[in-house]
Amino acid sequence: MRIALAGQPNCGKSTIFNSIAGYKAITSNFPGTTVKYTETKTHIEGYTCNCIDLPGTYSLTSGDPAELEARRHLLSGEVDVIINVIDASLLCRSLELTLQLLELEVPMILCLNMMDEAQRKGIQIDAPKLSNLLGVPVIPTIATTGKGLKELFIDVLRVREEKRIGKTPKFSKDIEEIVSQLDSILNSEWPVKEKVPTRFLSIKLLENDEFFINETKRNSNATNRIRPLQEKLEQIHGSPSDEVISSERHALAMNLFEKVSTVIHPPKRDIRITIDNWVMHKFFGYLILVGVFYGFFNFIFGIGGYIEEPLMELFDYWIGGLEEFFGKGSLALFLFRGVLQGIAGGIAIVLPYLVPFLIGLSILEDVGYLPRVAFLMDVFMHKIGLHGKSIIPFILGYGCSVPAVMATRILEFPQHRFIVSILTTMIPCAARITIIFGLVAFFISPNAALMIFALNILVVAVSGKILSTLYPEPGSLGLILEIPAYQLPPLKNTLKKSWYRIREFIVIAWPLLIIGSALLALMEYGKVDLYFNRFLSPLTHLLGLPVSVGATLIFGLLRKELSLIMLTQALGTTQVLTVMTKSQIMVFTVFVTFYIPCLATIAALWKEIGKKGALLAILFTLSVAIILALITHIFFGIFPLW
Amino acid sequence: MTTLDQVHENNKAKVIDIQGGQGIRQRLGQMGIHPGDTIMMLRYGALRGPILIEVHGSQVALGRRIASRILVEEIE
Repeated sequence: MRIALAGQPNCGKSTIFNSIAGYKAITSNFPGTTVKYTETKTHIEGYTCNCIDLPGTYSLTSGDPAELEARRHLLSGEVDVIINVIDASLLCRSLELTLQLLELEVPMILCLNMMDEAQRKGIQIDAPKLSNLLGVPVIPTIATTGKGLKELFIDVLRVREEKRIGKTPKFSKDIEEIVSQLDSILNSEWPVKEKVPTRFLSIKLLENDEFFINETKRNSNATNRIRPLQEKLEQIHGSPSDEVISSERHALAMNLFEKVSTVIHPPKRDIRITIDNWVMHKFFGYLILVGVFYGFFNFIFGIGGYIEEPLMELFDYWIGGLEEFFGKGSLALFLFRGVLQGIAGGIAIVLPYLVPFLIGLSILEDVGYLPRVAFLMDVFMHKIGLHGKSIIPFILGYGCSVPAVMATRILEFPQHRFIVSILTTMIPCAARITIIFGLVAFFISPNAALMIFALNILVVAVSGKILSTLYPEPGSLGLILEIPAYQLPPLKNTLKKSWYRIREFIVIAWPLLIIGSALLALMEYGKVDLYFNRFLSPLTHLLGLPVSVGATLIFGLLRKELSLIMLTQALGTTQVLTVMTKSQIMVFTVFVTFYIPCLATIAALWKEIGKKGALLAILFTLSVAIILALITHIFFGIFPLW
Repeated sequence: MTTLDQVHENNKAKVIDIQGGQGIRQRLGQMGIHPGDTIMMLRYGALRGPILIEVHGSQVALGRRIASRILVEEIE
């Protein structure tokens, strides 16, 4: 049996999903966190079920790719029960999706989530009455505390057994007449019995839904009979047919809302409004923004640096011990030293920065600060031809480029997705941030690290301007973004999410680091790395870097962390300053920050923007990296700051 | 009658019409903005940045260009 969680963005689908699946889906407090579906097996009262967490959709009309993905799933005919999750505090708007889901004629259950938030707003909902009107069970829940979830899943079984398909409230008479006319046309003209219910299809065709119009063209002769019916609607109501239907649905939803809910008291003077008066303020908003991110980076560096130093010393001591134990130049020494350096890299260099970074990012996400950043930054994003929503993939890019590239699906226009996908790969991900902190901040100064971040933002902005001039988006209108209410980060969830992301490093990246480090040590033993180094020597020579860093750049293509750990391996010491000057460290870091995305990111790019796009991203980032590293090299040649 | 981007902060307005194609109507409709709905203007962004409105209990940020395509009537 397959259960699908469907609902509008940011209503808590993923939180419910995680409560039954352990932590598998990323949740946060901004619309569009889930861009592809996640599936899990679970047991309810002894039954095995597959539960899918779909991307949030405001409606079932074709919208952005994330929404299409959700719709494709719901229409696949493989879903046995739909759990329609609703943010109870936004009941009126949410019901519009519910009405469309009912048209799918699949057994359904309504989950009135965020009841605590509704209560705070002073909204009281009569769940039994709503259940009566829609013909499906309605279960109030508070997903963050788990309240009501058990009842929800027990009712899912009941709904499935009874095959309870709800009743769709009817439109006004004249619209229903036209719908049923189209209904009978489709029934006679469409030879294959599709899984899509004809009433749903008729309504979508009247709404002029691009996808279904094309489907109808391919499958039947009914196309030329749709337009006259649309025109008839337009004549009666004096507005385009899509608007007639959507207004009608809106009216139905409002009507339902009024019947089942009462505002028992006006919302209490909410502290969150006062907070927003500052956070979204024309002037103070930006001060707070700078402060938040400045504090954020200082927090990471403070913790990371404090842990890195003693650990590095310890590992250096052990590595020295190895040399004594195995004797200089032996194969065993190279091998064990490689492995130990890989382990050291993970514990001493990556994790001290990665852990506070990911926890901090999770908190920012869960509180709901990111959409506010989008609001504040919109005007600046316009200057580079994008709009505020694109800031969300960028911020996620500071965590990892792969989800950032996938998050571009929340953008409406293909050109924007294309540009933002390429740009996000230039944002230093957690791995590269580790390099910036572990090398530049640690060996030079925290301010030098900040300089790299500032340079990075400048370069991304200029690149954005260049790309948006090359690939303009004529249809772009600007920002339309829901700004969700602040939430106290559900601590358990936030920590679980951070752990989920850290685990990704520990299970996937770290073993790779250790193997890579051992491999490089063996290559060094067999002097194979010299070939790589010689192959890359034109580049390292051009940038004034030690020839021995060449091989590390190749490893960095697999995982960005490898560049750093390989660096200590290639240089033969963790005391980088003994073999590289501070200027060389800057040049190396600038290059590594910008050059070619890692393999996983290239794969994500390939999927999102195609082969050509991925290739363009590689060439673009490589040229940017070479040019910037060269400028850095020349700059420090003229102004030897250190 | 005026456009939404002209409404003063903390004033309410009723949507009369949305000027634009199916795409913009759909996007706005999904956010709960249709002709007839009541919108409360919450704040303006700096430097002609986006506006923040409240509609049906949720807050939505809209770019100025979109806001200028929403015809409204201010409510006293």
